[in-house]
Amino acid sequence: MKIAVCVKQVPDTEARLRVAGDGRWVDEENLPFVINESDEYALEEALQIAERTVGEVVVLSIGPARVREALRKCLALGAHRAMHLSDEAFAGGDAMATGRALAAAIAREGFDLVLTGSQSDDVGSGSTGSIVAGHLGWPHAWLVMGVELEEGNSSAKVTREMESGMNEVLRIQLPAVLEIQAGLNHPRYASLKGIMQAKKKEMAEVSAADLGLDGAAIGASGATVEILSVAFPESGEGARIIEGDASSAAQELVDRLQKEARVL
Amino acid sequence: MSAKVWIVVQHREGHLHRMSREAIAGGQQLASLLGGTAEAVVLGHGVGPVAEELGGYDLAAVHVADAEALADYTPGGYVGVLAAALKDHAPTHVVLAHSYQNIEYMARLAQAVGGSLLPEATGFETDEEGVVWRRPVLGGKLQARVRAVGPAPLLVSFQSGVFGGSDAATGNAPRVELDASAAAPDREILGVEEVAGEHVDLSAAEIVVAVGRGIGDGDKLKIIEALAESLGAEIGASRPVIDNGWLPRDRQIGSSGQTIAPKLYIAIGISGAIQHLVGMKGASTVVAVNKDAEAPIFGVADYGIVGDLHEIVPALTEAIREAKAAAG
Repeated sequence: MKIAVCVKQVPDTEARLRVAGDGRWVDEENLPFVINESDEYALEEALQIAERTVGEVVVLSIGPARVREALRKCLALGAHRAMHLSDEAFAGGDAMATGRALAAAIAREGFDLVLTGSQSDDVGSGSTGSIVAGHLGWPHAWLVMGVELEEGNSSAKVTREMESGMNEVLRIQLPAVLEIQAGLNHPRYASLKGIMQAKKKEMAEVSAADLGLDGAAIGASGATVEILSVAFPESGEGARIIEGDASSAAQELVDRLQKEARVL
Repeated sequence: MSAKVWIVVQHREGHLHRMSREAIAGGQQLASLLGGTAEAVVLGHGVGPVAEELGGYDLAAVHVADAEALADYTPGGYVGVLAAALKDHAPTHVVLAHSYQNIEYMARLAQAVGGSLLPEATGFETDEEGVVWRRPVLGGKLQARVRAVGPAPLLVSFQSGVFGGSDAATGNAPRVELDASAAAPDREILGVEEVAGEHVDLSAAEIVVAVGRGIGDGDKLKIIEALAESLGAEIGASRPVIDNGWLPRDRQIGSSGQTIAPKLYIAIGISGAIQHLVGMKGASTVVAVNKDAEAPIFGVADYGIVGDLHEIVPALTEAIREAKAAAG
């Protein structure tokens, strides 16, 4: 099976964030970037499917030069090839614009299956995979917690997470786009051998012109929403912050829980 | 052009989904702010009771698409019918609850009709240029102000709890049939299963100690167990702890886990992503321990300690044991 995996490089969720000078996003200088968490699970699922079906895994990502580091890591983990959608014209896109560009790259090559994470840890619209599926005219499923290929690889049994602790099991015809939820497998670590091999694997640079995309339909020009500003919420306002070393803070907290909140 | 706000509702077993009542309230407020009308849309098979319930709200119309092909929700069924309906009726806004089912198909619907997409709104207001929306980014660490700049319709989903379902204005809305012939189901539903687990019912617990990613390692849960034991509390967790396999899935609190309302909730190393907050906002008293003073959890907590949980939790356990011993 030939599988495409769309990954996004996002700020490390543990990183300390600062608002950028223009107030419209976080300051990316010295900010550590990682592969989006649910995309790591999508890659692992793709690698496992490829191992069972003697297939090929191609990773795709849109973004500036730093994205190559994330793609290189995917190659070290076992992906066969990488495609970097690298073009100023892709910058500033929302899920609608980015989904259109990714779909064009996927359609150009032809794939049997597309996997991606359900949601990015930065913008978090949870939409890009569904939009890719729409452009390709393929069925899709979101919050996928299990994938089981069926006879002849023409369909898959897919487990989808629902609210309130229930999962729905459904059958979906392939090719399809499956948007993977974190937690469905155990992503592997890169081996030293994998890291060495990754250096020799193909990483193609793809421009908007290569994909025959109109500049007005992609990136910031093709976006349907625009972030005007970002700010830290009025956080900390709710909580009375108890100061002091660990034991005196703990003592004061217990005191307040007993006498003020009366919950102990 | 005056605004026409469509509210597409979700339902189960003849009842409106709780979040859909909130979406009705939100859609009504949006229509009123923009000087337009609000209308509801329901899709399904045998949805008479839901359509009737919707008829009791202050809406200009209740559009009903009733067909066998819509008996089970499928993205293909819903997108097929709604894409055709949006072209026919040309609403300016389509409002949905930010539920798992709606998130799955709303982006595809926006793509199908060439509209605009704004998931997980937490509010809106107008300025001189139009509507400014709010939504969380970066796991809720930051709030973004967002403007829709693409073609109509704008599809927007409202996060749980932004509007009160009981605030939806009541009235008398006429039922209008919607053409359902474009429904094209694109999956076969094989069944529904409960997520495996021991079935710990955290909703009954008076005190819950919940642990998040900040614990760093599953081996370090012993200090959490000791704290829970000193309080006679149940242990819960946020999603990353469950995904890492450090605790079983039935301990998860949040939108994909349990919803709880204990009298005391102690969040340890939990940053407070919105998906977690919706599961614990019913708690009476909330304590947060986190090394990041900017973590959103401090925004909803009553008491907070900023620092290393590996030092604070054992100290807290000790203080509770002493207090209990003193009380005899």
